[in-house]
Amino acid sequence: MTTQSSPDAPLNQTQWQMVVADWSADKQAFDMPWGKIMMWIFLLSDTFIFGVFLIGYMNVRMSTADSWPIPSEVFALSLGGDPIPLILIAIMTFILISSSGTMAMAVNYAYRGNRKMTFYLMLVTAIFGASFVGMQVFEWTKLIVDQGVRPWGNPMGAAQFGACFFMITGFHGVHVSAGVILLLIYANKVRRGDYEGKNYDAVEIVGLYWHFVDLVWVFIFALFYLW
Amino acid sequence: MSQATGQQHPIGVYLKVWFLLFVLSALSYMVDYYQVQGYLRWTLIIIFMFLKAGFIISIFMHLKWERYAVKLVLLLPPVAILLLLALMAIEADYILLSRISYFAAD
Repeated sequence: MTTQSSPDAPLNQTQWQMVVADWSADKQAFDMPWGKIMMWIFLLSDTFIFGVFLIGYMNVRMSTADSWPIPSEVFALSLGGDPIPLILIAIMTFILISSSGTMAMAVNYAYRGNRKMTFYLMLVTAIFGASFVGMQVFEWTKLIVDQGVRPWGNPMGAAQFGACFFMITGFHGVHVSAGVILLLIYANKVRRGDYEGKNYDAVEIVGLYWHFVDLVWVFIFALFYLW
Repeated sequence: MSQATGQQHPIGVYLKVWFLLFVLSALSYMVDYYQVQGYLRWTLIIIFMFLKAGFIISIFMHLKWERYAVKLVLLLPPVAILLLLALMAIEADYILLSRISYFAAD
């Protein structure tokens, strides 16, 4: 379905000729379900939102004359012994990646028509997502209550740190929470057999959203926590 | 609904990419754990970030197997973000210099 060209198109088209053919063929330009292309367009717009957040963060971090709090120390956590730098964030990263893995397999099983596996894998994905949000709540509580970080200031350094942190991770956390709800709703639809004998496009569309949430975290992890 | 045949790839592809993402995440965490600093730190962070992002987009989100028209629509507009990035970096530089010369003196 994906790489073949339409029947009336010449053989051995170049990539650009295929683009021209897709756009000028008097039919829908994108050969995919409308829900899928709409999700892609939404994710593109979301890319801009997160892009602007991260650029805003870069701008205030570069322009402040105060020293920026060292994330490695701010987010260190003691698991009994000495504090380990960024350990909770690392665990959250692995959890979100795992949830992406289970989601990818859920989509695959959906297209094989394996309803049971699809349901269970979506459920596991939702549980991973919920535990991610839980850890984020723990992280925020620790930062606000124990370390006194506020959106307008903190004891460790540049005042802009809190504003960037709460804005960026908060917005991402809302995305994860929405994704968990979405996953549970669609997992239940799969379990009920709503898509039996029709198509499982909905699972792929939910999957696209979920992978995007993971994708945004990759950038937040690298640019906010590691930088 | 015959057009919605979907994409068939062996499960192994996803397990391999999952494993790769785990390794790349572990490596980027190591950058912090072993306190690699300076340009090497930033280079490594950026490389691991783009590798991870690339695998997620191309394999997990199936963009690798989409038609070229779709890829263009999704990958071309974010170039504008890079432009904003450059502009804001220049602006931040200017603000920092003004702050140092007007506020740090007293």
